[in-house]
Amino acid sequence: MATVLDAGEIGRALKRIAHEIIEHNHGLENVVLLGIPTRGAFLGTRIANFLGEIASPVPVGTLDITLHRDDLRMRPPRPLLPTNIPLGGIEGRDVVLVDDVLFSGRTIRAALDAIGEIGRPRSVQLAVLVDRGHRELPIRADYVGKNIPTSSNESVRVHLSEIDGNDSVEITAGA
Amino acid sequence: MDKHLLSINDLSASEAIQILNTASELSKISDGPMKKLPTLRGRTVVNLFFEDSTRTRISFESAAKRLSADVINFSAKGSSVSKGESLKDTAQTLQAMGADAVVIRHGASGAAQRLADSGWISACVINAGDGTHEHPTQALLDAYTIRSKFPDLTENFNGLKVAIVGDILHSRVARSNVLLLTKLGAKVTLVAPPTLIPVGISNWPVEVSYDLDQAIKNVDVVMMLRVQSERMAASFFPSEREYSRGYGLDLARLNSLNSSTIVMHPGPMNRGLEISAESADSHKSVVLAQVANGVLIRMAVLYQLLGGAALTGEVSA
Repeated sequence: MATVLDAGEIGRALKRIAHEIIEHNHGLENVVLLGIPTRGAFLGTRIANFLGEIASPVPVGTLDITLHRDDLRMRPPRPLLPTNIPLGGIEGRDVVLVDDVLFSGRTIRAALDAIGEIGRPRSVQLAVLVDRGHRELPIRADYVGKNIPTSSNESVRVHLSEIDGNDSVEITAGA
Repeated sequence: MDKHLLSINDLSASEAIQILNTASELSKISDGPMKKLPTLRGRTVVNLFFEDSTRTRISFESAAKRLSADVINFSAKGSSVSKGESLKDTAQTLQAMGADAVVIRHGASGAAQRLADSGWISACVINAGDGTHEHPTQALLDAYTIRSKFPDLTENFNGLKVAIVGDILHSRVARSNVLLLTKLGAKVTLVAPPTLIPVGISNWPVEVSYDLDQAIKNVDVVMMLRVQSERMAASFFPSEREYSRGYGLDLARLNSLNSSTIVMHPGPMNRGLEISAESADSHKSVVLAQVANGVLIRMAVLYQLLGGAALTGEVSA
């Protein structure tokens, strides 16, 4: 097991992502953040807090993608997690999806489907804390906390203080 | 949760709460931004109804459609059943057509169990009411409705007082509700004339009262049951008027309830018999909320049974 990001590095990465979001969108007037539960939702809230400190408050919500997954039939049913779309909706907005780890890209594909059901944003961008490679779909992140080269049998664990008690990202060798 | 939902006894308290939680997440998305979800695309749900039904069949149909499943409606009237086809042959026909789930309502207690255990079909079986035995999705939607009116109840119903009133003897709704509500920790009192109380009631985890006015003092929920005249071969009470006087929820009884008490009825209502029009249409009545919540609960049940891999199927990483 190796720790690749500690609490300070996670905080700095999220703060940098917040700055990049402002820069890329020329302000925050049209930006909506949507975190993918469980840990993406906490990261979304943290980035929104940084944006509020640096510039101005942005609407932040959560988007559960369970019902849109393409691997539902390969696993036992999963419990649903909360979806909260901010009041203004996403129609015509610049939506920034937030997730903890970008791996195969399938979660993001499901999230794009889910967003398509809700409305038609002007653009959809993707922010992830860790990009570990091994994409199975043509999907890329716009904002990356850290690129971590991994082998496919390793697993990447993101711990966040909101539910895990501490902030860290670890790599463990697979079975 | 098992492969089938035949009885509330198939569920543990935590599995029941899990279904309620799934339904409340579904209410946030499917009543809001996403009307239609792709989750059960390509799956077939058969509604196999040997008894008349409005609410339950429409509710299951709309739940399956909102999850993008294909729905086949089958009612005994106008099918080969009226030519004398047996349950076995009907079931095997459905199997040959590739049904993934069968929602069955039948006049015989145990019909759903028979369908599930017989080996005639491999589909999931959901009991939508079998004779006077059980109606588990009704109990789940009632529990969901209660929980939405009493926000303090989240993981259990400890301290909740419920009176279930009327034709207990013939009521599958009462049986499923007694099992589920007591499993979740509520205190249930059954109120009915002695002729409409089943034999062996002393083995149920409930109290029994013959006095409606006394029993509905200080309860949180009054659940009225339909007088099931179609199942009554003998006379169980002298006249409808006398039943209504003793066990009907009229305006005076409605006004005697606590301000937070809710009135439930599984429908269809016999207005003027077990429930007066004033009570049925009052602001304490949650009858329409029960119908609306029925769709969410049935979506949650279909998702739990069909949404994942078959329990025996291979599980990939």
